[in-house]
Amino acid sequence: MQNDAVLTMRGIDKQFPGTKALNKVDFTLRKGEIHALMGENGAGKSTLIKVLTGVHEKDGGSIWVEGVEGEAHIHSPQEAQNLGIATVYQEITLCPNLTVAENMFIGRTEGQMVHWKDFEKRTTEILNNLGIPARAKQELSSCSLAVQQMVAIARAVDMNCKVLILDEPTSSLDDKEVEMLFSLMRDLKSRGVGIIFVTHFLEQVYEVSDRITVLRNGELVGEYAIEDLPQVELVAKMMGKDLNDLADLEQIGEKRSAATEVVYEAEQISSSESKPFDFKIHKGEVNGFTGLLGSGRSESVRAIFGADRVTGGKVKMKGKDTKISKPHDAMKAGIGYLPEDRKRDGIIADLSVRENIILALQVMKGFFHPMTKAQMEAFADEYIKTLNIKTASQDTPVGSLSGGNQQKVILARWLLTHPDYLILDEPTRGIDVGTKLEIQKLVLKLATEENMSITFISSEIEEMLRTCSRLIVMRDRNIVGELTGDQLTQAQVMKTIAGGEQ
Amino acid sequence: MKRREPLTNTQLLTTIAICIFVAMYAIAVIAPVQGFEKFQMFFDLLNDNAYLIIISCALSIVMIGGGINISVGGVISLTVMACSLFLNGTSLQNGFGIVAALFLALGIGLAFGVGQGFLISYLEIQPFIVTLAGMFLSRGLTTMLSVEPVKVSAQTHAVFYAFRGNKIEIPFLGYIAQNGNMIPAKLEIGAVVALAVVILSFLLLRYVKLGRNIYAIGGNQQSALMLGINVKRTRFLSYVISGLLSGLAGFVFLMHKPTGNASVAMRSEMDAIAASIIGGTLLTGGVGNVVGSFFGAMILATIQKIIGMSKLNDSWWQDMASGALLGFFILLQSVVLSERDKRRAKRNDSKLAVQRE
Ligand SMILES: Nc1ncnc2c1ncn2[C@@H]1O[C@H](COP(=O)(O)OP(=O)(O)OP(=O)(O)O)[C@@H](O)[C@H]1O
Ligand SMILES: [Mg+2]
Repeated sequence: MQNDAVLTMRGIDKQFPGTKALNKVDFTLRKGEIHALMGENGAGKSTLIKVLTGVHEKDGGSIWVEGVEGEAHIHSPQEAQNLGIATVYQEITLCPNLTVAENMFIGRTEGQMVHWKDFEKRTTEILNNLGIPARAKQELSSCSLAVQQMVAIARAVDMNCKVLILDEPTSSLDDKEVEMLFSLMRDLKSRGVGIIFVTHFLEQVYEVSDRITVLRNGELVGEYAIEDLPQVELVAKMMGKDLNDLADLEQIGEKRSAATEVVYEAEQISSSESKPFDFKIHKGEVNGFTGLLGSGRSESVRAIFGADRVTGGKVKMKGKDTKISKPHDAMKAGIGYLPEDRKRDGIIADLSVRENIILALQVMKGFFHPMTKAQMEAFADEYIKTLNIKTASQDTPVGSLSGGNQQKVILARWLLTHPDYLILDEPTRGIDVGTKLEIQKLVLKLATEENMSITFISSEIEEMLRTCSRLIVMRDRNIVGELTGDQLTQAQVMKTIAGGEQ
Repeated sequence: MKRREPLTNTQLLTTIAICIFVAMYAIAVIAPVQGFEKFQMFFDLLNDNAYLIIISCALSIVMIGGGINISVGGVISLTVMACSLFLNGTSLQNGFGIVAALFLALGIGLAFGVGQGFLISYLEIQPFIVTLAGMFLSRGLTTMLSVEPVKVSAQTHAVFYAFRGNKIEIPFLGYIAQNGNMIPAKLEIGAVVALAVVILSFLLLRYVKLGRNIYAIGGNQQSALMLGINVKRTRFLSYVISGLLSGLAGFVFLMHKPTGNASVAMRSEMDAIAASIIGGTLLTGGVGNVVGSFFGAMILATIQKIIGMSKLNDSWWQDMASGALLGFFILLQSVVLSERDKRRAKRNDSKLAVQRE
């Protein structure tokens, strides 16, 4: 064990039924460093963290923590907290029925009594300091996902910890919030806290980290100082490919100029959550809605799919008047929709991977036209391969997949229905770089080869520029611009979002 | 920036229960249903239903933690029987006899609480199954102790008999009888105990860490674990408390009606569940409040009394009324909560949009 190490893990093993999640993994965290833990979906990042914090029992290996004599035996998150390890888990782990203040303090205070006044006062201070738009007495369930994420971070940061673990903390934060998190992290680092940081955003890794540990398939690939590992090499290490193979990957295919045939057309469509707008999409076209989080881009596509209460407007599908007032109407009319909030609208954790993939297609066909078992297995197999879903088998419950692989399952569900018009809201959130490119490729392939019309939404503008031939820019719930052809540059998009000239 | 926080779901549902109770009682007074014009009626409802109020608290506590306990009625019958036999047979014909009986009652409750809590929390067996077994076991033990009813009378234990007859008199809430005498309102000791239980449980759930941890494990068990709460211990203690309260309820029952009998408090666990739900405790856990459960129990008691007084004195009328009431409340709650979620989601989005600008 090195002198400046706050945390040392050696030869960690973890076996899940059907999956060897960790195989003799070593990990060292030093004082005052930000250490990125990288790997593809299902590589074992979250598992390593959960073994460390006592959520899972390890099958083998040893852990040493600074300040503890001999090996540390951690059997529950409570014990981890007591040793000075604060964690923000990948999935938000707060209690929805408690207030913000309670979520900040529950499980980590001395004594038997709850000092509400005290908690609320301190919480208000913390919220103000960090600029989190929430109130101490507010019930957590009434906060947006981003705010909940910030509260979880604030709780961890407020603990007087020597190890801070952040498992994909930025997935639902916008740029400003990410910036704030980074300055917090730098501040803690200067005070000697060791930070473990997991993310799939490579730029973020290079912005804050000092060191990178890469995992692949539950095995340690290596530990590198950030200067020694350029971005391409990191990607190659994560995927286990040569640098040459990567060049191929970047070639994701041609964007196609749109045909003239209009597939979906809406006039002044509006819902309880969105203002009226006009919109149409052509056959084989890929377009995108862009804008800041909360600019109304998700609400617009929800209106198209009938996910919120539709309050007005006329819709034509392939030239025919169509009434879409609920998701089922939209599905019958040939529209598919991958929602942004997959925790709430998507995954059914107890059903198997296969059942989750088949679900939408089954609904569309109607329950009285069941598919044969063989058909279902074939479909599931196809998409497990295309999307590179890491699962022990088709029958594994989706709940036991890694976060990114759960997302892929839902994506597969909608791709399988082969709709005429497919809406993808943040399909690549929480998904590793390699698969991101695969998904972009797939989107373009569906458009060119199967003439599918696709609306693609992503927080990463580059990703949209690569796939979309038309971008609709939104600000403050209004469409403020539409970019095509030469206008599709990062600078132009930013300018339009910010409200410069068009 | 001073602004009032909107009610939490728990507070909202409790408020609904209180309003409905007040409205119902007012109607009974105005209508007029015989007896409701006297204040004593309110006290009688408390006197007659003291044990129900206590086990409603017991159920709310486990239900808030995401569990259930259907053995409470059985534990009452066992306690009443055991204490009756003890009082009739003991040579402690004084105050110590009463104290010993109380400890016996609490001991039985504690034993059931610890046993069931252990099976549910540490061996992770489903609470419904464990407490169903507890219910059969306690009813069976009751019959094993005695098939015949066992009555505690002035002859068998005079001190206890006198003690249970004590009533707290509150003159200014009384009424003038036909002969011109002032008859004060009377509250039994059991009713006072029940009120104390409500208040103490309320304080426990609100200001003691254990209480908040119970809400947390009911809200999301996985999250509670990750937040550093000892989920197993918390769940275990919630069952221990509910067991203890069942024992106490048994003793209160004995003071109200000092006869041990296999059919004592039959089906009362179902009434307690209904009372909790009416009071705003959700079966899914994490939401609820014992003040609500108190009013839930009182709502049930009042509707049954009204029907009893209205010459519709068949038990099926009372059952149907309770059923309809429960249905009505569940409907009301789900409508109120879902409307609220919708409005909240909307407000959140627009607020965020403004802030992010
Ligand atoms: N509770 C569980 N039961 C069974 N298998 C599990 C469980 N949790 C994780 N796994 C498996 O362990 C492997 C590693 O998962 P883990 O969640 O650590 O991946 P990850 O690196 O965090 O990926 P992601 O980037 O998608 O979050 C996966 O194959 C997953 O299916
Ligand atoms: Mg993960």
